[in-house]
Amino acid sequence: MIKIKNIHKAFSDQNVLNGVDMLVQEGSSTAIIGTSGAGKSVLLKILLGLLRPDIGEVSIGNIQVSYDKPGRTLSEIGMLFQGSALFDSLPVWQNICFKFLKGGKKLSIQDAKDLAIQKLKKVGLDHEVANKYPSDLSGGMKKRVALARAIVGNPKIIFFDEPTTGLDPIMTNTINNLIREIVETMEVTALTITHDISSVEQIADNVALLESGRIRWEGKSKKLRDSKDPYVYQFVNGKTKGPINVS
Amino acid sequence: MRILRNLGKSANIFLQKIGRVTKFIILIFSNLFTPPIYGGEILKAFFQIGWMSLPVLGLTALFTGGALALQIYAGGSRFNAEQVVPAIVAIGMARELGPVLGGLIVAARVASSIAAEIGTMKVTEQVDALITLSTDPIKYLAVPRVLAATLSLPVLIAIGDSIGILGGYLVGINRLDFSSSTYLASTASMLQISDISSGLVKGAFFGLIISVSGCYCGFHSSNGAEGVGKATKSAVVAACVFILAANYILTEVFFNS
Repeated sequence: MIKIKNIHKAFSDQNVLNGVDMLVQEGSSTAIIGTSGAGKSVLLKILLGLLRPDIGEVSIGNIQVSYDKPGRTLSEIGMLFQGSALFDSLPVWQNICFKFLKGGKKLSIQDAKDLAIQKLKKVGLDHEVANKYPSDLSGGMKKRVALARAIVGNPKIIFFDEPTTGLDPIMTNTINNLIREIVETMEVTALTITHDISSVEQIADNVALLESGRIRWEGKSKKLRDSKDPYVYQFVNGKTKGPINVS
Repeated sequence: MRILRNLGKSANIFLQKIGRVTKFIILIFSNLFTPPIYGGEILKAFFQIGWMSLPVLGLTALFTGGALALQIYAGGSRFNAEQVVPAIVAIGMARELGPVLGGLIVAARVASSIAAEIGTMKVTEQVDALITLSTDPIKYLAVPRVLAATLSLPVLIAIGDSIGILGGYLVGINRLDFSSSTYLASTASMLQISDISSGLVKGAFFGLIISVSGCYCGFHSSNGAEGVGKATKSAVVAACVFILAANYILTEVFFNS
């Protein structure tokens, strides 16, 4: 379970988060949606322990996230970054098993390579990809490699930051299906940051709309399109006029 | 009143920056000898910073030594003191030109590449990815580079000094009519251990300055490609200025105390 309590964050004079409260149930798949600049990525960095909130706290399981040493909670978390964030200087298999080669838990080179190939298969990539470098891969392949890296340590929680941004519709569906499959088979708690409504409907059970640094609406993803809430209506239908300030 | 306020604001920003850099250096030193130690990354950094800087450093030293011999000969001939060429080339290269030019050349090559590499990793979230993969970015990215630059610069400077003296020797015997034995004997008799050791100590300081500038600017870059460009430029400028300032201070310490 992820407990987010009264999170405030400002940069210089600009308030980005103004008291975010949220509860993500264990084993659920939740999406946080919102316009660009709503504070989604900032919230995600706070959850990971990469950014310290001005006020408020986050707990993962029973452990409070530490911003000096986030390692305790990070060991339970897998993360898929928006731009994949693969290490350019390392081949794919070392990227996937980085945690076991350079991090705390150590594996032999052969075991790490075998594990990487196993995870590549899970995300639908051939074993030949293992020896390639990130610069040799397409955007969709990079996303799948990053997904393999996110699941390699069998995490209990996976965060997805804009998992389908910049992908074509077919690859978007492929990634969404993979996320759904991984969430179900690995029985993990998933939290996805996105502004893609069709992705939300495919991968999330619950949705929260973040607007102007606050959660404006929470509910089931199935009810998103039927919601009468003016914020949700404007966002889902892409209306330029409404309570959401698009300037 | 407004001028005073602006002055105060600038001083405040400057002091904050000094504080952040000091904190960063302490952070690197506190991580130097505590596990995990990334041996592979350290070796890679030695190769890229030390070995790969050799060609450009060697060429710079060779031409500098040659030009120095010509200049000293031209100046010395005004006082019938042409015979000082070997001694001044050797002392000049070992004490000043070798370390300073070597430091500046390596700063241009290494501080820029460190800042660009770490800066790109920062803006593409690779640094954040390291943290989520239970790896301390300071330990994994900064420590190997600082260690490699600080230890390899003295070696590079020793090699640069030798090549510079060789440059002076080649010009001396081919262009200035020195005999080989006279040139070598004069060089050996005038050059003292302290001339060489002071240059090597300077080298270690310059290596530290170069690597810390590169790492600091890289880790503090933002705003995409433009930010990485700014970080790279700042790293080289800061490294060059601090090398020249440190050179003056170290020269005072070694030779005027």
